[in-house]
Amino acid sequence: MSRFRKWGLAGSAFVAIASFAIASPNQPAKTEPTERGKPRVGRVATPDEVRAWDIDVRPDGLGLPAGRGTVSAGQAIYDAQCASCHGDFGEAIGRWPVLAGGQGTLEADRPEKTIGSYWPYLSTVYDYVRRAMPFGNARSLSDDDVYALTAYLLYLNDIVDDENFELSKETFTSVKLPNEPNFIDDDRVREPYYADKSPPCMNDCKPGKAAIKMHAAVLDVTPEAGDKGETPKSGIE
Amino acid sequence: MTLDQARSVPSRRALLKGGLLGAAAAAVGASSARAASGESVITEVQDWNRYPGDGVDARPYGKPSQFEADVVRRNVPWLTSDPISSVNFTPLHELDGIITPSGLCFERHHAGIAEIEPGSHRLMINGLVDQPLVFTMADLKRFPRENRVYFLECAANSGMEWRGAQLNGCQFTHGMVHCVMYTGVRLKHLLDEAGVKSSAKWLLAEGADASAMTRSIPLEKALDDCMVAFGMNGEALRPEQGYPLRLVVPGWEGNMWVKWLRRLEIGDQPWEQREETSKYTDLLANGKARRFTWVMDVKSVITNPSPQAPITHGKGPLVLTGLAWSGNGTISRVDVSIDGGRNWKTARIDGPSLPLALHRFYYEFDWDGSELFLQSRAVDEKGFVQPTKDQLRSARGPNSIYHNNGIQTWYVGTNGVIENVEIS
Repeated sequence: MSRFRKWGLAGSAFVAIASFAIASPNQPAKTEPTERGKPRVGRVATPDEVRAWDIDVRPDGLGLPAGRGTVSAGQAIYDAQCASCHGDFGEAIGRWPVLAGGQGTLEADRPEKTIGSYWPYLSTVYDYVRRAMPFGNARSLSDDDVYALTAYLLYLNDIVDDENFELSKETFTSVKLPNEPNFIDDDRVREPYYADKSPPCMNDCKPGKAAIKMHAAVLDVTPEAGDKGETPKSGIE
Repeated sequence: MTLDQARSVPSRRALLKGGLLGAAAAAVGASSARAASGESVITEVQDWNRYPGDGVDARPYGKPSQFEADVVRRNVPWLTSDPISSVNFTPLHELDGIITPSGLCFERHHAGIAEIEPGSHRLMINGLVDQPLVFTMADLKRFPRENRVYFLECAANSGMEWRGAQLNGCQFTHGMVHCVMYTGVRLKHLLDEAGVKSSAKWLLAEGADASAMTRSIPLEKALDDCMVAFGMNGEALRPEQGYPLRLVVPGWEGNMWVKWLRRLEIGDQPWEQREETSKYTDLLANGKARRFTWVMDVKSVITNPSPQAPITHGKGPLVLTGLAWSGNGTISRVDVSIDGGRNWKTARIDGPSLPLALHRFYYEFDWDGSELFLQSRAVDEKGFVQPTKDQLRSARGPNSIYHNNGIQTWYVGTNGVIENVEIS
């Protein structure tokens, strides 16, 4: 089916236009009104435009730019541009994201999820730093800067231990992050309460009277209730 | 409104509504006054009955009544490090029906609100396509248009409640959801124009703001019901909702609904971006983490009465109302319990029952003044039943952050005051 006819099916207005176009003596009577390279609406993106916006990097390295950077070069950039929020060692100031440490805590009561303890792919580090950091001045780092910062973040996470370690487009995909094997695809439908499609209980479903186990008012961290300085149990980023 | 004013709102509002402690005394006073001469709002001519009000030139874009000034989005400062990358909450307890007013739809930004002049906005399609394309906003408005009502729920809605009752009000526990009518273009039409190659399996959506938000979406979903929307509730998108263009991903977690949408890339693998690895992955008790948990599961909450909307009218007829929704389709039923899940009655769904939209339910009963444990339990068209929080925690542990669709309990005291609790 031609692209034109697919549109026609989606809206009667386009069917009407199609009839008009076919009836016009100046138009060849065909149902495919465009040729490849000539969109009917919009225009072809230029290679420079695609390069300017398409900066994403995949785990297999697709999208990595040419460039390189060392741990020691990364430290200088990090100290100047990152440490004021993320801490001198990636430990974070306040609630800003922790970048390093936390290995072995994912089964703990209070897991610390960092690049070294949690993130599956190094490509995400390069991609995210280049597209969105530093917070408040995104897209200000050069490709070499981002290679150097990525190398330094590996160093802060004890994944490399040599200050002269250099990350480059060529060596990038040889580095694996430790937690990569621990991600699984969505399997929520196999949880017992979803797998069980029987109708839910309607009467006498639990014995005894309900008893309160936990009060939100005791914690008292709701803004309208006033801030009593209690430490919240959890936040979001 | 200043912060101090915001903090004093509940007490002022309670007074307006008759107050909690003074309600009985006021009722006695009013009835004795009525017996003598009648209520002054009836027996005396009121200002609005005597003097004309504003003309039609005074309010070119109307706002809610001054007496609804408390019906506003609120944020919780301690949740995030900075209000620029943060969230606020829809005042669900003050709303009714299924459509959220545009100005009250919760906001979630990662680098603040991008203010984009629509003439300078572009949408690019590139990657595994026959021809990479650039569209202006005017171009997009030449494609066949559709109007669809969908809920948008943040993956982290109720996320602060994984470890137990924490925030006192459905605005805070459930207010990262809204439901509006979107106007836009099916993604399929745009992708057809570019010509998707046969090897294509995934789509990357990217925003134009300073967070350059990116998410990988399977092409099957993109070609099914995803839209690029430029309208909400009949007018242009609000800036905080992605003006001039956002992605609509029906039934799926709000993070994927990329705002200020500027680029769609076609590929053969997911990109594993920050928002689908570090964030929006769900840590389980065994240290494994689920990724690509896209669908928002069946969920409901009683919005009124609730902690911010106590019972002030005393015993007798009471309207209980709430919202239910499911990323799997329509809601087929909502059950309500007033005794903490011991016994359930099926509520009444009123208004349209649209797939992947909020549903409004009501349950009317006579309150005898005794304490109550209110719960609601939704069932969707696929037969999925909303689980309890204990069931969720036993399957996942307390550290998943996202996708908490557990049954909410409100404790109603004999004085009508209501609290967020967990019960046995």
